Amino acid sequence: MFAIYSRELKSYFLTPIGYIFCGMFLVVSGLTFAQCTLLSDSKNLSGVSEYFIWLMCIFAILLPLLTMKLFSDDRRTRTDQILLTSPVSIFGIVMGKYLAALTVFAATFVVNSFNFVLLFKYSTPNAASILMNIFGIFLLGAAFIAIGILLSSLTENQLIAAVSAMGVNAAMLLISLIAGNIESTFWRTVLKWFSVMDRFTPFTNQMLDVSAIVYYISLAAIAVFLTTRVIEKRRWA
Amino acid sequence: MIEITDVRKSYGNKHAVNGLSFEVKEGEILGFLGPNGAGKSTTLNIITGYLSADSGVVKIDGTDILTDPIKAKKDIGFLPEIPPLYLEMTVLEYLNFVYDLKGCKLPRKQHLKEICEVVKIWDVGNRLIKNLSKGYRQRVGIAQALIGNPKVLIFDEPTIGLDPRQIIEIRNLIKMLGREHTIILSTHILPEVQAVCDRIVVINKGEIVANEKTEDLINAVEGSRKLVAKIVGPEDEVLKAIRGLGGVKTADVIGKRDTDSISYMIESQDRVDIRKPLFYMLASKGWALIGLEGMELSLEDIFMRLVGKEKGKEDKKVKKGVK
Repeated sequence: MFAIYSRELKSYFLTPIGYIFCGMFLVVSGLTFAQCTLLSDSKNLSGVSEYFIWLMCIFAILLPLLTMKLFSDDRRTRTDQILLTSPVSIFGIVMGKYLAALTVFAATFVVNSFNFVLLFKYSTPNAASILMNIFGIFLLGAAFIAIGILLSSLTENQLIAAVSAMGVNAAMLLISLIAGNIESTFWRTVLKWFSVMDRFTPFTNQMLDVSAIVYYISLAAIAVFLTTRVIEKRRWA
Repeated sequence: MIEITDVRKSYGNKHAVNGLSFEVKEGEILGFLGPNGAGKSTTLNIITGYLSADSGVVKIDGTDILTDPIKAKKDIGFLPEIPPLYLEMTVLEYLNFVYDLKGCKLPRKQHLKEICEVVKIWDVGNRLIKNLSKGYRQRVGIAQALIGNPKVLIFDEPTIGLDPRQIIEIRNLIKMLGREHTIILSTHILPEVQAVCDRIVVINKGEIVANEKTEDLINAVEGSRKLVAKIVGPEDEVLKAIRGLGGVKTADVIGKRDTDSISYMIESQDRVDIRKPLFYMLASKGWALIGLEGMELSLEDIFMRLVGKEKGKEDKKVKKGVK
């Protein structure tokens, strides 16, 4: 697994994709942060909350750039043959790739988090609240990466993998809006339970909600599990 | 070393591999022949664990690839038809990656250097794979298969797309590797098999049509022998004399390219060597034999004969069934 993790990690920076992701993420996120906090009238927590909502949208669009090639490119170039004929389990292959994407995301996110240092220079924001938000949104990103990997395993085409991941991420963000317009209490509750945005609310309220944490981790785990099943099934097809 | 028992694989209604069974002994080089779509690559992919069979058993050194794939795969080095290379890596980066992927325990630097020297890629070790020629890429593909010194090597069309010099080099390399490894060599080039392999398995439509020692198979399917003889002498008389020779099945003129010699195609009866009688007959008549060469059978010839035999057997069975 470590060999695959290490190769994928290097691969991000042997090709332009790693630089494009880091660059775009930091620029778009930085501008959004400046717009929501430093340039807005209210230099308080409401601007920060607004920034995190925007950050979810940025994740939905940019994280598929990290995941789109992970399995689709291996299938296209037939390099999956060396992975699947090596003495490594399929779960090990999937986890190696997942952790590589997660590492690039985490590293970029850590750099991005230095934006918050500026807030402390100009105001006195609630540090606990900001840390909660960072923790929650990192979990959300980890779940989006797993979904992206699952979609990458379903196609040989990187573009299709990226666009479909963006679509699924956007749909999961929009569930909350759809749920708000549904009259049936049962369906509204079900949809809200699945909404990644609603699950994020406790973090903005400085609550360490275990069910939200379990939800995000479960979402990632299910996507990783399904990816291993997709690859396993293809061997039997 | 490799045991394949009643392996079956279907894609929808199409039987890609239909009850294949054969063994490869330790230290043997097995030629795996068949036309396109015969099921060669599918079989190799099943042996290496890339695909799973619908039914049947594949054992590598006694380990079932399905029940203990990690252990079985440690004994296999595989070069697929398209070498699985990461083009953005350098040769050494790639080989180091494969070394880690296989969990190799041999001394890294020494082992990789030895492999690079064997396949002659040491001088391109720091070059990006995407900048290498097809021949070099093929060698890198072979190098990755050798990492970990696996007992079994499986090469799927290793010389496809190479120039003649590279083909000879790769064949010699496979021959050399055959001293220490058990090898399956999938190809559709007959001289390659004749030059390298101890035994041949021929498959068609996912079924074995021949499983013999290389020499035996060639002899068995050769049956009648075709010769091209260049003879200086009166055409009609020469032709008549050849046709009158014992063991000659057919004789025809095929060309008059030289100034005074005529080329004849002579087909002998099954397992009859007419070269000596032909020579003595021509000498006795005072006609000069200035050239004599055997017509080598191509894989297509062998294959058509084998399939023809199989078809003949099937037809007989059907007729018996009708009776």
